[in-house]
Amino acid sequence: MSAVGLIQRLAPGVRWARRLAQIAFIVIGIATVNFFLLHLAPGDAAEVMAGEAGAATPEFMAALREQFGLDQPLYIQFGKYLGNVLTLNLGYSFRQGLPVSRLILDRLPATALLMAASITFALVAGAALGFLAARRAGHLTDTIISVIALLFYATPVFWIGVVLIVIFSVWLDWLPVGGMATIEAGYQGTAYALDVGRHLVLPAVTLGLFHLAIYTRLTRASMLQIYGQDFVRTAVAKGVAPGRIAVRHVLRNALLPIVTMLGMQLGSILGGAILVETVFSWPGLGRLAFEALFQRDLNLLLGILLASSILVVVVNIAVDLAYGFLDPRVEIS
Amino acid sequence: MSLPILEIDALSLALPTGSDRPFAIESLSLHIGAGETLCVVGESGSGKSLTALATIGLLPKAVRPAGGTIRLAGRDLLGLSERAMRDVRGREIGTIFQEPMTSLNPVMRVRDQIAEAFQAHRVLDAKRRIARTLELIAEVGLPDPAAIAGAYPHELSGGQRQRVMIAMALALEPKLIIADEPTTALDVTTQAQILKLLDALRKKHDTAVLFITHDFGVVSEIADRVAVLQHGILVEQGSAEQVLHHPQDAYTKRLLAAVPSLVPPAPKDLGEAPAAFRVDDLSKTYPGRGFLRRRAVKAADGVSFVIRRGETLGLVGESGSGKSTVGRCVMRLIEPDAGAILIGDASIRELTQRQFQPLRRRVQMVFQDPFASLNPRRRVGHIIAEGPIAQGVPRRKALADARTMLGLVGLQPTVAERYPHEFSGGQRQRIGIARALALQPEVLVADEPVSALDVSVQAQILALLQDLQKRLGLAILFVTHDLRVAAQMCDRIAVMQKGRIVELQPTADLFRAPQHAYTRALLDAVPGRFLRPDFDTCFAAAE
Repeated sequence: MSAVGLIQRLAPGVRWARRLAQIAFIVIGIATVNFFLLHLAPGDAAEVMAGEAGAATPEFMAALREQFGLDQPLYIQFGKYLGNVLTLNLGYSFRQGLPVSRLILDRLPATALLMAASITFALVAGAALGFLAARRAGHLTDTIISVIALLFYATPVFWIGVVLIVIFSVWLDWLPVGGMATIEAGYQGTAYALDVGRHLVLPAVTLGLFHLAIYTRLTRASMLQIYGQDFVRTAVAKGVAPGRIAVRHVLRNALLPIVTMLGMQLGSILGGAILVETVFSWPGLGRLAFEALFQRDLNLLLGILLASSILVVVVNIAVDLAYGFLDPRVEIS
Repeated sequence: MSLPILEIDALSLALPTGSDRPFAIESLSLHIGAGETLCVVGESGSGKSLTALATIGLLPKAVRPAGGTIRLAGRDLLGLSERAMRDVRGREIGTIFQEPMTSLNPVMRVRDQIAEAFQAHRVLDAKRRIARTLELIAEVGLPDPAAIAGAYPHELSGGQRQRVMIAMALALEPKLIIADEPTTALDVTTQAQILKLLDALRKKHDTAVLFITHDFGVVSEIADRVAVLQHGILVEQGSAEQVLHHPQDAYTKRLLAAVPSLVPPAPKDLGEAPAAFRVDDLSKTYPGRGFLRRRAVKAADGVSFVIRRGETLGLVGESGSGKSTVGRCVMRLIEPDAGAILIGDASIRELTQRQFQPLRRRVQMVFQDPFASLNPRRRVGHIIAEGPIAQGVPRRKALADARTMLGLVGLQPTVAERYPHEFSGGQRQRIGIARALALQPEVLVADEPVSALDVSVQAQILALLQDLQKRLGLAILFVTHDLRVAAQMCDRIAVMQKGRIVELQPTADLFRAPQHAYTRALLDAVPGRFLRPDFDTCFAAAE
């Protein structure tokens, strides 16, 4: 085999190696920024513990700090932290009395489920509404959809959450107020999944509504732009029916900017999850982070931030791959 | 004569109120018989494209029919419902549009786009559709139909894409094919092939062809009959022979006269003019795309030439030949990899951009697209004065000089206060020239400066450039794909192919006795044999 042939054969492997190296670089960068950012905030875990206990002697505080390693200079703490990150050791949460990785792994599925559900909802419903609005551009349907989208766009997430709880849980009593499952019922198998599904509806919708508004507007705008393109005129001149043109030619091409937007919004969806998890007492990473912040549980907080950033980076790669799949002009490299 | 396939009778198309004229088309009557090609010719704004769009019922919303009929094989199309019209499109009328680059859906395979024509009209079953699609791809002369069928549009060249468009238009064997400037975006050699293909298919299928074009060369290649439109009014109609060789209407005569001849004018005497611009062994390689399997493209490969004061050197070639890259490299808008560039005695190739900056005024550029190359948010006077101000001329003086420059290029000095969108294409190109000349350059690089203009405007801009050259002693590097324009404009011509200059000769010699096979192929592909007789006789007389 020629040298060129060999290189071409190895190329996919080399490409992935490059990509992994990039990921590692990004993750370490994020870890560094997180570490110093959190140390800018005044106070530490020892102070909070002392505050909770009502009072503490300086000796006790010093002992606590020594135990947590907080008495050492910042650069040593950072060096240790970085070493731990590289060995995938996220440390120990002294407040919760459990390893950080264990805590995160416990909570991660709930957050992942919430995010996936709300993204799917926002994407599917948003694209559908935007599609309708673009098909009926300038008509009443378009106006109504645009007004609704603007409303969702402008309303704060937590407020929507509270209102949805009041309407669907309190007045109508259709859906549970919060939590992830009806613990006392002790469901198994399908019944359990259905139960979680019922609990999932309100938080997923709440988190998704804001992004739904964005996708609606984006789909409408990019479809209208594509309606003006030459290849749409070609399709019309072939005698293709309007509905088929809208789906096969217009929507198919309009998906590209939507997928780009999806990649950019993942971070903000994760950020929004903190609020929504709090409102709906959803046992996910967001609430864990919220608690860790107030308890100055820096180890836990750093671990959560790191895990979230890895999640965002990984999903972004998935989006890149989807892009290569959706648009034949894009070469994945 | 048999019953016409297409019969347009007293058609008027109304423009919305507030337009520059009430009707886009005014009582237009045309007819095309089976197996006949009618060319509708006109400049931009003549309404020729709207005629085509009206026929397939794709008029823009603002334009509506205001009287007359369009009958296809006896059936009135204007009275049809949208649903009935949809059945006519594709099945009875096939359409080929101008831009092969954008007229195909970028995310759909060629196969699916052609097969969609059958699907839309519920013809054939899925398996036969694919089989027929492959037959069509072979019929329009594409190699390896199976591979083409599975390709996406971006993997094909412009000419290949236009063949796919033709295959699509032919799919259901329509009675009428509408071709709206189908070869305008293509290279001359590709254009010649596509015209030949269209003509062969027309004969084979006995199709009527409505061919919209602005190019009389193309008309002479393909038309049986010609209709000339001016501002929406039919000024002349007749057989190709009659309209091209014995035009009756003054406008037709003017249009024909404005088509640049392939016979170069008598060479001008440059005397002992010194070299103003010298390029030696210029090279530029673009690294290919893709990780680890890049295929480098040599856009300029050992390019050398000298231009004397007052001389115009033409750089001709097809798209991808590297002519524009050379044009940009010599101005260092793109950094060349190797070679020497000398303006007068000053070598500019090895200067840093900062060191080069004060010398920039000595070499200036006129761009191709007069619509995109002027900042839409700045007044014309400021656009022209910007260069001198950057070179240290006091603002007040630069703005005053800008008005003088506008006078020099044949515009009113008072238009300095207006914005680019208020001008026509030709006027904008004058502004572009004024902008370049405001810096009093010695060398002017003109990159396809008249390609976006109508033929009558083209002639004016070329005359202006020649006049300015005479007055200012400019050395001009004239980049063009149009051999007619090159024949009229250039003293010497360099022919480029794949980054190399394959032939460099005085214009008259190049046209009379082309040395390189590629030059001969280019010359043969220039549409418009009707100009050849006088071309040959002229040289016969000279020899």
